[in-house]
Order: sequence, then structure tokens, then C-alpha cells
Amino acid sequence: MITMKRVRKTYPNGVQALNGMNIHIDKGEFVYVVGPSGAGKTTFIKLMIRELKPSEGLIQINGNNLGDLSDKQIPYLRRKIGVVFQDFKLFTKLSVYENIAFALEVIEEEPEQIKTKVMDVLDIVGLKSKARFNTSELSGGEKQRIAIARAIVNQPAILIADEPTGNLDPETAWSIMGTLEEINNRGTTIVMATHNSHIVNTLKKRVIAIENGKVVRDEVGGSYGYQA
Amino acid sequence: MAIKRKTLTRHGREGFKNIRRNGWMSFASMSAVAIMLFVVGAFAFLIVNTNHLIDTIENDVEIRAFFEHDADASEQESVLEEVESHDSVENVVYRDRDEGLDVFMESMGSDGEVFENLREENPLNDALIIQATDPQMTAAVAEEVNAQSAIESVEYGESILGQLFTVTNYVRILGGALVIGLIFTSVFLISNTIKLTILSRKDEIQIMKLVGATNSFVRFPFFIEGALIGLIGAIIPIAGLTVGYSYLYSFMYDQVPFFTFVEPNPMIWQISGLLLLVSILVGIFGSQMSVRKFLKV
Ligand SMILES: Nc1ncnc2c1ncn2[C@@H]1O[C@H](COP(=O)(O)OP(=O)(O)O)[C@@H](O)[C@H]1O
Ligand SMILES: [Mg+2]
Repeated sequence: MITMKRVRKTYPNGVQALNGMNIHIDKGEFVYVVGPSGAGKTTFIKLMIRELKPSEGLIQINGNNLGDLSDKQIPYLRRKIGVVFQDFKLFTKLSVYENIAFALEVIEEEPEQIKTKVMDVLDIVGLKSKARFNTSELSGGEKQRIAIARAIVNQPAILIADEPTGNLDPETAWSIMGTLEEINNRGTTIVMATHNSHIVNTLKKRVIAIENGKVVRDEVGGSYGYQA
Repeated sequence: MAIKRKTLTRHGREGFKNIRRNGWMSFASMSAVAIMLFVVGAFAFLIVNTNHLIDTIENDVEIRAFFEHDADASEQESVLEEVESHDSVENVVYRDRDEGLDVFMESMGSDGEVFENLREENPLNDALIIQATDPQMTAAVAEEVNAQSAIESVEYGESILGQLFTVTNYVRILGGALVIGLIFTSVFLISNTIKLTILSRKDEIQIMKLVGATNSFVRFPFFIEGALIGLIGAIIPIAGLTVGYSYLYSFMYDQVPFFTFVEPNPMIWQISGLLLLVSILVGIFGSQMSVRKFLKV
């Protein structure tokens, strides 16, 4: 499902963010990506959605070699990958409903389908009652759930989350984890970069630790392994 | 790429929304277009009317070549043949002194009749009325005809003509340069004002791209927005110019009998159509230039 071989990423300013990454993640897995700040977790995620191009190496997503994709094909790659960010990245001027519907308008979904699908994902994240709210009226946890709802509304095979609980209090963070777990149970592969040692050590999953742009540890059911 | 109709509707709605949401910036862009159109439109009218003025005068440009009083019929005949076969001559008419007197008397109006008693002792010359193929050739043809021994003298409006050609050529070049310069300026102004509004929409564009929007999907609302800015910005200048020109036309018509402006109908509609087209294109161009750099996500 996700494969990286000898991937390097050097930023224009000379920083070597990834330094020979090798990773393989199978369909249906739930993977934590951990590591100190600046280790390269976000860079790793940006490479998967082709927000960045690798300086070297091979990246395969859903059987597509990203190096072979033209600029025109990138939008179609992104439609098969849901992404969630620490800062939510919602359209602040739009309602909850409109935010989610946007991801469907982009793929030119039928209007009747849009309504059904938006309400379905709102049900999954437990915010059906807030469809008409403006996103600015939501709490942080609610915003993140809307972002998750938007990310999964196209039924992507992969959901990538970059520190999705980073801005949330512990209780809210746990409820988000519940939602992700449920999405994973429906068969979606989940890759989640996180700093949250409590979550990693409690809800046991495969843990990939990155340091200095390299995988230094990879164990199923592993622990966080850093000072919180 | 085929675009579905509902997507088109969505883009249209977004384009409208953007204009409303960025009220002042949209207004600034429209004003830029409006001012540009006013000047371009005024110049268009000026150019059309100068051309019209030139045409009016050019049609009047004829050479009158007068025969010597003692030139006989065969001498006159041979000059006529020579002039007729000249490459730069469009048309020659022979006018004997009788006809000449008629034309003269007619040009004097009702006072002309007193000259009827000159007919027996007609002091006028037989003449050739010549038109050159190109008005700018008038002087050269006149000179050649004058060189004929059977010709006493030639007349044509030499001095004004030369000056007029210089002036009108300047007007055309200056007007053209000004129009092109203004169009560039307004494309630049629009793209910059829209860019200011896009700066605040940069995050939105980034989100759009991250959820898988194609570049054309992101661009389309801006396309509509630009076209609308052009369209709305064109309303006031076109209305103003139309009314202004019609007023000026009838004023000139009443007050200045020897020269009329080009009739408003249909010229005004053609120019308005052209201005509208230019305005919309300028709007679209400006808006597309402004999104370009934000699409690289
Ligand atoms: N756009 C950028 N330009 C230059 N250097 C960057 C950029 N983004 C990240 N970096 C650098 O790359 C390294 C890895 O960053 P990042 O992938 O964000 O790490 P993490 O998400 O694990 O904290 C860091 O040293 C960071 O400073
Ligand atoms: Mg990061």
C-alpha cells in the first residue's frame, strides 16, 4: 500500500530532512510515526501526498509510482488519500456541511450523493447535529472531527494524520482516537505522526520511530520510547 | 476537458461570492477598468472621427488643371489621353469653360445669376478635373500635369493637405500606443488588486489543492470573477461614452454645419461591443495572472 525505498529529501536551504527512508505499510494497518521534533515526520507525510518531491528514492502509493505521476495526475492521487493536520485546515468562512461537501464538489459528485455522503460521515464522527454551524463556532476537538470527516468522505484507502491530537486536551484527543480506530476497523489504512506518548503506549499499534531522517525502530505493539 | 454543468454553476456562484466578499478590492479593480475604458473609448471615438475627417477631405481632393486659352481641341485631346493613361490617376473629367461657369455660379448660390452675362465673354479656362488614385499622390500628379505646355496652371489644396496627413498620422500612432499602454496598465492593476485579495485566500487555495482540486477547478471561480469585474466595470464608461458622444454629435450637427461627426448609429454599438470585450478580457487576464503563483502546492 505504502512503500518508500532509500528516500532522501534535501530542502532548498540544504537541510537534509530525510536521509534514506525505507518503509513498507500494508493495507489495513494502523501505524504511529514517532520521533523527536525535526526528525522528518511531516516531511515524510508531505512526500506521500506529493506536496513535496523526493530528492532521491522511490515512493509507491496504492501501486502507483509517484515519480511517474505528472503534475496533472496529482489531484487524482490526493483524492485517494485523506489527510488530517494538526491545525485542521478547514475553510474558516464556510459551514461544517460546506467544508465537507467541498471535497465532493472537487470530484464532481452528484448533488444528491453529496448530501447523503456528508451526512453519513458526520454521523461517523458524531457531529450530525452541527452540520449548519460555522466552523468558527466549534471547539478544537469538533474541528478536528470535521477535518477527519472531510478526509474520509471520498472513502480513501489511506488516511494520513499529522499530529491530529497535537492541539487538543487529553480527553478530546482520546475521543479522536476512538474515531480513527473506528475508521481503521472499516478497512482504511491509517498513518499517524504523533508526539502523544500516552496514546501510543496505551492504544498499542505498530510504531515506526524516525530520527535524523531515518527509521531507527519499527515494531508492532511498540511503545513511544521517548521522554514525554 | 469537459466540465459538468453543476460544476460550472458552482464556479459561477463562487465567482460572485468572491466579488461580494472582497467588496472594496473588487470595487478598486472595477474602477481601474472603468477609467481605462473611458480613456480607450474616448480615443476610439477620436480616431474614428479623425479617419472620418480625413475621408471627407480626401474625397474633396481634386486637381483642377486649366488649359491655356489658345490650346486647341487636338492639343487638349492629347493632354487628356496622357493624363488618363497615368498610373496614379483614378479619374479625369473634362470640363469646358461653359460648364465651369455653371459650377461657379452654382457655388455662389442665388447671387450667382448675375454672372450669366459673362457667358459670351467667358474668362474661365477649359479644365481637367483629376483625382489621384491615392490622395497622398495628389501633389506629384499635379506637378506632372502642370509640366504640359498646353496647361496654364493647376490648383489643389496643397498646404492643408500635407499638414493634415502629418497630424492624422501622429494621432493614429499616439492613440494606438496610448490604448495599448492603458490596457497593459489595467491588466497589471487588476492582477494586483486581485492578488491582494488572494493573499487572504492563499490558505483556501492550499486546502483546495490538498483535497485534490485540479488547477482548473481552483482557477475557474477566479476566471468568472475577472470576467465579472470586467463586465461590471464596463457599464459606467460605456453608458457615459454613449450618452456623451450622442450629445456631442447632435451639438456638432446643430452648431457646425461644415463638418459632422460620424453618426452614432451603429458606430457607437460597435465601439461599445469592442470596449466590453476588451474589458472582460482584461479582467480575465488580470485574475488569471494573479492566481498562477498560488497554484504550486
Ligand atoms: N520548508 C522547509 N524548508 C527547509 N527546511 C525545512 C522545511 N520544512 C522542514 N524543514 C526542516 O526539515 C527537518 C524535518 O522537519 P519536519 O519534517 O517538519 O520534522 P517533524 O515533523 O518530525 O518535526 C527539520 O530540520 C526542519 O527544520
Ligand atoms: Mg511535524
